[in-house]
Amino acid sequence: MPTDVEMPILTAKDFASDQDVRWCPGCGDYAILNQVRKVVAKMGRRREKTVFVSGIGCSSRFPYYMNTYGFHTIHGRAPAIATGVKMANPDLDVWLVTGDGDGLSIGGNHLIHMLRRNVDVNMLLFNNRIYGLTKGQYSPTSEEGKKTKSSPSGSIDMPLSPLSVALAAEASFVARAIDVDRALADVIERAAKHKGSSFVEIYQDCNIFNHKAFDYATDKASKLDNVIYLEHGKPLVFGKDRNKGIWLDNSRKPKVVTLGQGITEENLLIHDENDEKHAFMLSRMSYPDFPEPMGVLYRIKDDCYEDLLAEQVHDAIVAKGAGTLDTLLESNDTYTIEA
Amino acid sequence: MIAGSETGASAKDTQKIASAVVRFAGDSGDGMQLAGTQFTDTSAAVGNDVATLPDFPAEIRAPAGTVAGVSGFQINFADAEIHTPGDVVNALIAMNPAAFKAHIDDVEQGGIVVANDSEFNKINLKKAGYPEGYNPLDDEVFTQKFKIYRVPITRLNEEALADSGLGSKDVGRCKNMFALGLIYWMYDRPIDQTTSYIDNYFSKKKKMPQVAAANINALKSGFYFGETTEMFPVRYQVAKATITPGKYRKITGNEALTLGLVAASKLSEKTCIYCTYPITPASDILHSLAAMRNYGVKTYQAEDEIAAVCAAIGVSFAGQMGVTGTSGPGLALKSEAIGLAVMTELPLIIVNVQRGGPSTGLPTKTEQSDLLQAMYGRNGDCPLVVLAPQSPADCFDTAIEAVRIAFRHMVPVIIMSDGYIANGAEPWLLPDPTTFEKIKVEHPTDPDSFEVYGRDENLARPWAPPGTPGLEHRIGGLEKENISGNVSYDPENHQEMTNLRQAKIQKVAEFIAPVEPHGDGSGDLLVLGWGGTYGSIITAVDRARAAGRSVSAVHLRHLNPLPSNIGDVLKRFKKVLIPELNTGQLRMIIRDRFLVDAKGLNKVQGKPFLVEEIEQAIELMVDNRWPDRVSVIPRQHKVSVD
Repeated sequence: MPTDVEMPILTAKDFASDQDVRWCPGCGDYAILNQVRKVVAKMGRRREKTVFVSGIGCSSRFPYYMNTYGFHTIHGRAPAIATGVKMANPDLDVWLVTGDGDGLSIGGNHLIHMLRRNVDVNMLLFNNRIYGLTKGQYSPTSEEGKKTKSSPSGSIDMPLSPLSVALAAEASFVARAIDVDRALADVIERAAKHKGSSFVEIYQDCNIFNHKAFDYATDKASKLDNVIYLEHGKPLVFGKDRNKGIWLDNSRKPKVVTLGQGITEENLLIHDENDEKHAFMLSRMSYPDFPEPMGVLYRIKDDCYEDLLAEQVHDAIVAKGAGTLDTLLESNDTYTIEA
Repeated sequence: MIAGSETGASAKDTQKIASAVVRFAGDSGDGMQLAGTQFTDTSAAVGNDVATLPDFPAEIRAPAGTVAGVSGFQINFADAEIHTPGDVVNALIAMNPAAFKAHIDDVEQGGIVVANDSEFNKINLKKAGYPEGYNPLDDEVFTQKFKIYRVPITRLNEEALADSGLGSKDVGRCKNMFALGLIYWMYDRPIDQTTSYIDNYFSKKKKMPQVAAANINALKSGFYFGETTEMFPVRYQVAKATITPGKYRKITGNEALTLGLVAASKLSEKTCIYCTYPITPASDILHSLAAMRNYGVKTYQAEDEIAAVCAAIGVSFAGQMGVTGTSGPGLALKSEAIGLAVMTELPLIIVNVQRGGPSTGLPTKTEQSDLLQAMYGRNGDCPLVVLAPQSPADCFDTAIEAVRIAFRHMVPVIIMSDGYIANGAEPWLLPDPTTFEKIKVEHPTDPDSFEVYGRDENLARPWAPPGTPGLEHRIGGLEKENISGNVSYDPENHQEMTNLRQAKIQKVAEFIAPVEPHGDGSGDLLVLGWGGTYGSIITAVDRARAAGRSVSAVHLRHLNPLPSNIGDVLKRFKKVLIPELNTGQLRMIIRDRFLVDAKGLNKVQGKPFLVEEIEQAIELMVDNRWPDRVSVIPRQHKVSVD
């Protein structure tokens, strides 16, 4: 077989499995599924080299709908299983699909530790601020006071910011997008290209239990005033008329300002994807006080866990020689009993 | 008290004995484990059979001088084959009053006690909890019962090392070597193996030649003290055992398990990836494997027990050898994930080094109380394979067999080691690697014939790791349709799959050799055991047989599935006794499966069985004195019928 044989070009359709997609009609998951299929096809990824790992929850049905390798695991543990997959075979393109309950509640510990180890996995966290599969309890990202079946008097849990958690966990790539937003494909593609753990929070509408939770960020009339699209090296400008921006006040705190009357784009904060403190500040900006940042907040180059592990194996073999069954048994003090 | 010996100056009698049990005991910072290990290595090298029992507190440094902080190391060495570290202590080395207090009850009548007299001062006696003004070394209760030698080890060691150039703290750290040197002299053993160990460790590895020299000096001083002083009228000799000639090494259960896992990785040509979370008494397996990167071994210290088992499952899914190791509390945390491996029919190795439970329990003490957890401790009907090694060296073979079964049958396998065999040591005749049978692994490549949950003759499904073109598929914890592997909620399918998962495990029995009773094929009593109790049970059964009783033994390595002939074997004996370090877990399984009125000898005291405890239970059964109850418990080593 010639080695330069052309591999057939795959389309998004080729990445669709033969299983009927069973999310509720109108669920934001459909849009994300379509974008992911398009991105992996566009990037020329091979089906046999691609693995989708998930935990439990609506989003975690995702692997069944991809014609790749897939593992629908147990609640919260997908990051640990994905880490095992990468240790066993670092060549695989591993994706992890999780939700706000799976990834931040029961699986919060594993999320933190996969990110800090920088295992080369693309983690998509579908945040709908609700438990959908168990029929509508509040989640770790539900807002305070939220009334649900399990919080009829209003939730008294302080919600957390997935982006802040990811940054604090030393993630090397942190981004955010919205299920129905065109920018989603670009964010997913950049996450896929990033070597190391890529963390992408995706605002996703649960049209059954938490419909319109992200209306402010998706409604055509208001969204441009409520989100800010990040571009590396560009000033933080937003608004329907692109007349608003973010600047730092005297105490280095972000503030929304209107352009004009002496304030120009040059006075605004410039987005720097490589600045950890800047990224953390962005992760704390939330509606309605601030426009919510969309796009890549943070990105740095860092070594991956599975590569460092393989390197240690390689170096040990170079230094000590490859161990064999004979050297294995002999490796400690032995003595001989004469006949 | 060095002087004052009543024997003549030249009278150094040498007495030949068949075996001896020596116990080193001191503060947990006194280096007793090292002294014991060195004594073991030397005894093995001179040709004795050896068995050891380290015993240390859960606290790394409990308050110095207290009974809670005492660390002990027992070694039995003999001129014949032995299986246990010994029931009673012939010689105790007590480095302080707390060690004396903690261990004196185990010393035989007339036994030797070498007490570090320097430490029997007011403060230490108080720390050990003795009343003011009392010194047990002066108490006639003890001086008449034992041969007590009061050796001021601390002071003699300080004097020997006065010119060593070391500070007083470092000098103090050498006193274990002084004690070891003295005991080497007492049992006529050479010191050279230990001197070369010290030299290698301190001079070459740690680059501390001064410390090496001091330790060697202390060792020699202890040895010469024994030779020169007139305190000891007699020294002892234990001749070489008649041992199969060949190359040996002394090995602990955790070491043997490590080597077995690596050997299995070589035999199957799979990368061993050990995913674990530190837990006593399993952590040493991680330490050993972490240092074996040049064998291709990868180790992963996970954030918790659950992540550890999940990573191992990820490894198996991706086509390599996924292993996780833990102890009882960790096994509990892993149970949901183990269910996932059962459901997805992936190979997985779970090492469980049992310790006293429940909850945190007794982390450093041995027990066999996780059997039912291993068998049934998961949601749903969730069978898997359970194996148990019977001795330290046996962990090697058990690990290889576990991997072989996991790969052949696509099932998780739990290896039930325990704290006793994990830390205990015995001589191991090195096997010939050329005789090892390869572990065959086949991965499908043909898309046309591939079915995700298709079945081979063993009911195993194909193992198709990611990376194989055309075999892309999805698996998960939801019930699967047989053959296709698609998610299925069909009632009949769930019934069939539940039956299949059970039948798959039962298939493993076809590869297990039938059990052969040790002794006779039938008789009055069968003593049935499993795991680390092997040595005590076999020794007790041999003694009962020597006394003319009709007793035989079967020791189970395969707990699930059981060997296929076990039911028939049980029927050929009038009575069945099951000694276990739990409240009767195997007994429950045996009674359930075979409707046999098996009785139990059950002990949960953090210690292995003494041979005499099992002997007493055997006698009760054979001599028809067994009380009207299903099990008996030894208290203070006496099995009471009251």
